[in-house]
Amino acid sequence: MDNGCFSSSPRHDAFPAGLRVLVVDDDLTWLRILEKMLKKCLYEVTTCCLATEALKKLRERKEAYDIVISDVNMPDMDGFKLLEQVGLEMDLPVIMMSVDGETSRVMKGVQHGACDYLLKPIRMKELRNIWQHVFRKRMHEARDFESHEGFDFEGIHLMRNGSDHSDDGNLFAVEETTSIKKRKDADNKHDDKEFGDHFPTKKARVVWSVDLHQKFVKAVNQIGFDKVGPKKILDLMNVPWLTRENVASHLQKYRLYLSRLQKENDQKSSSSGIKHSDSPSKDLGSFSFLNTANKQQNDIATDSFSYSDGTLLIQMDATSYEGDLKGIVSEPTTEKIRASTSEIPDPKVQKSSQKSLNKPFTSVESSEANHAVFDCTIPTEYSWSEFPKGPLKEEQKTPVQLEDSLCQLPLHGTQHHIQIDQSQSIASINSNPSITEEEVAAKLETKPLYAGYESDYVNPVSSIGSAVEAFPSQSKSLMVSDQSSEPTFTSNLSLKTQGFNLDCISDLDFYQRNLLLGGEVASAPLDEDLNFFLLQSECYNMNFGLQNIDMSEYYDPRLTAEVPSHFYDSADYSSVDQSLFIA
Amino acid sequence: MDRNQSRRQVAAMKQSLFDQGFLDEQFIQLEELQDDANPNFVEEIVTLHYRDSSRLISSIEQALKERNPLDFNKLDTLMHQFKGSSSSIGAKKVKAECNLFREYCRTGNAEGCMRSFQQLKREYAALRKKLEAYFQLARQAGPQETACRSK
Repeated sequence: MDNGCFSSSPRHDAFPAGLRVLVVDDDLTWLRILEKMLKKCLYEVTTCCLATEALKKLRERKEAYDIVISDVNMPDMDGFKLLEQVGLEMDLPVIMMSVDGETSRVMKGVQHGACDYLLKPIRMKELRNIWQHVFRKRMHEARDFESHEGFDFEGIHLMRNGSDHSDDGNLFAVEETTSIKKRKDADNKHDDKEFGDHFPTKKARVVWSVDLHQKFVKAVNQIGFDKVGPKKILDLMNVPWLTRENVASHLQKYRLYLSRLQKENDQKSSSSGIKHSDSPSKDLGSFSFLNTANKQQNDIATDSFSYSDGTLLIQMDATSYEGDLKGIVSEPTTEKIRASTSEIPDPKVQKSSQKSLNKPFTSVESSEANHAVFDCTIPTEYSWSEFPKGPLKEEQKTPVQLEDSLCQLPLHGTQHHIQIDQSQSIASINSNPSITEEEVAAKLETKPLYAGYESDYVNPVSSIGSAVEAFPSQSKSLMVSDQSSEPTFTSNLSLKTQGFNLDCISDLDFYQRNLLLGGEVASAPLDEDLNFFLLQSECYNMNFGLQNIDMSEYYDPRLTAEVPSHFYDSADYSSVDQSLFIA
Repeated sequence: MDRNQSRRQVAAMKQSLFDQGFLDEQFIQLEELQDDANPNFVEEIVTLHYRDSSRLISSIEQALKERNPLDFNKLDTLMHQFKGSSSSIGAKKVKAECNLFREYCRTGNAEGCMRSFQQLKREYAALRKKLEAYFQLARQAGPQETACRSK
C-alpha cells in the first residue's frame, strides 16, 4: 500500500468508486435503503443489522473495509461503543447516523471519534461524499507517518538509526525531522509495514489526562523505551477509545518533552557552573558521566526520545515527566546529581542541583512548567537524602502514595501541579535513591549508571530493561545527586522550593508511587539506577539506603508516564509537553 | 384504462399524498433509487417498513398498558425507533406525531402520551391504506409510472 493511496487493488484506481463500506443498522428498512444508495454511489456495500456482527466482520478481515457507517441506537451494542472499538482496533473512519439530531448526541459522536454524523433521512448527496473521510484519513496517516516516523518505528528501528547517528547528537530528536525523514526513507519498508496497516488513521482528538498519560508512560516503560512503538503502547494501555495515531502523536510529544528536559537540564547544570549539569540533562543515563558523558547523555536522552519510538521518550519522560509532574523534580535532580557526581558531591551538587532545580524551575516555568517542577522537585529530591532512609522500599509498596505526595507537591508553577505529581513521583523516586549506595552499586552493573540510563534510552537499558530504565536514570540521577549532595534532601523533597510535599512522601514513597505510577516496576532498572547513583554519590551520602532497588521499580518510566498524564491536558498539551519534557 | 390515464391517476394520487402532507422528500429519494435493478424498490421499502413498524407499534401499545407508572424512558426509546423507521419512507404526518409523543414522554405526560399515540396510530393506518392503493394503481398503470416524479 502506498502512502496516501488506497490499497493497490484495482478498485482503488477508480476511487472513490469501489469504496468498501460496512453499514450497520438495526432498522432493516434503512439498511436496505442505505445499501441501495451506496450501491448507486458505486461503492461496495456490506450490511449488518447487529453491531456485534459488524465487529466480527471487521475483525475477521481488517483490510476488507474502508469505512463504517453505523446507527447510534442499536439493541445489542451502543453505537458509540462500536465507534470506539472500530476506531481503536481497526482505525477506520466511522460515520454515525441517527434520526435524532440533538447537539449533545452529535457532540458525543464526535467525541467518540466519529468523522461525521448524519441525520436520517439521509440524502444521496451525503453518501456520495463519504469517501472524503477515507481519503482524509489516509492523508493524515501519511503525514503522521512522516512526522512520527521516528517514533512509530519499533524501537529497533530507532535503535538502528540511533546508532547511525549517534555522533550527530540529537539526530534523532524529534525535532530533527530531517533525520527522521532520512531514516524514513531508509526505513521506508519498515514504515510501510508499520503504516500500511493503519491507513487510514483515525484522528480523534484525545485529551491526555493525567491518568491517561500515566498509563501511557507505564506502557512505555513496560515496553522499553527504545522498543516502544505506538501499537505496543496502545495495546498495553488498553484504552478502548484510544487510537494508534493518538498514541503515536503523544509519543512524539513525550519524546520532545524528554529531550527538552534533557536540554534544560544540561543548560541548567551548566549554568550553575557545574559540569555535571551536562550530564544531568542527559543524564538520563549518564549519571555517571559527568559532563562529557552528560552531553552525550543528554543527547542520548534526547535521542532516546527521538528514537526510541518512544521508549526513550518515555523513559526520559518518565524522568522528565517526573520532572514535570514528577519529573520536574527529577530533572533538576539529575542536574544536581550530575553536578554532584561530577563535581563535588555535596556542596556542589546541591548547589548545582538546586540551582539547576531552581533555575530550571524558573526557566522551566516559562517553558515548561514541568521543568520547573523539576526544579522544585529537585530540592525535594535532595531531600531524598531523607528518603534513602529506606522509605523506598516501603514506598514501593505504596506507589500510590507517591502519587499522592506528588499531588501534594505544590508545584510552583501552575503547571506544576501536574508536574508535581510527577516530580513528586520523581521525587519520590529520587528520594528513593536513598537506596543505599551499596545497593546501587550492586544494582548498577555498570558504574555509569547514567550511561546505563542513557543507553536505556537509547537501547533499552539492559539493566533496566525497559522504559523504566530511562526513567530511572533520570530519577536516579536526580536522586543520586540529591542524595549525595544533600542528605537532607529528603526533607527537601517536600520541595521547599515548590512546596512539594515531597517531604511527606519520603522518597521511598515517592519512589514507590512513582514507580507504581509507572505501573511497572522497572524495579530492576531503578534499583540499578539508584545503585548507580549511590555509587556516584558516594560522597553524597545518599541515603539511599533504600532500598533503591525499589526505586528502580519506582522509576519505572511508567510511573513517570503515569504521572505526567496529569499534565497532559489536551489543551495544555503543549505546555505540558514542555514541562514534561523538560529535559 | 388507458395507460396514460392510469399513469396520470397514479401521478395525481402521489401528488395529493405530498400535498396533504402525508409524504415528504424521502419518498422521492426512494423513487430515485428505483431503477432497472430494483424496479419495485419503493414498494419493497414500504412493505419492509410496515412489517418492522407494526412490531414497534405493538411494543409501544404494550408499554402503554403497563400503567403504573408509565415507563417514559422505554416509551421514548421505542418511539425513537419508530420515528427512525417512519423517516425511511417519508411518512411526514406520522413522524410529526412521533415527535409529539416523545415530547410528552420527556415531560412525563402520560395523558398526552396516550392521546398522541392514538392519533399516531390513526395517521399510521391512514397512510398505509393510501400507499397500498397507490401501489396497486401503480402496478396497474405499468412499470414506467413509478419513474415519473410527481413534482
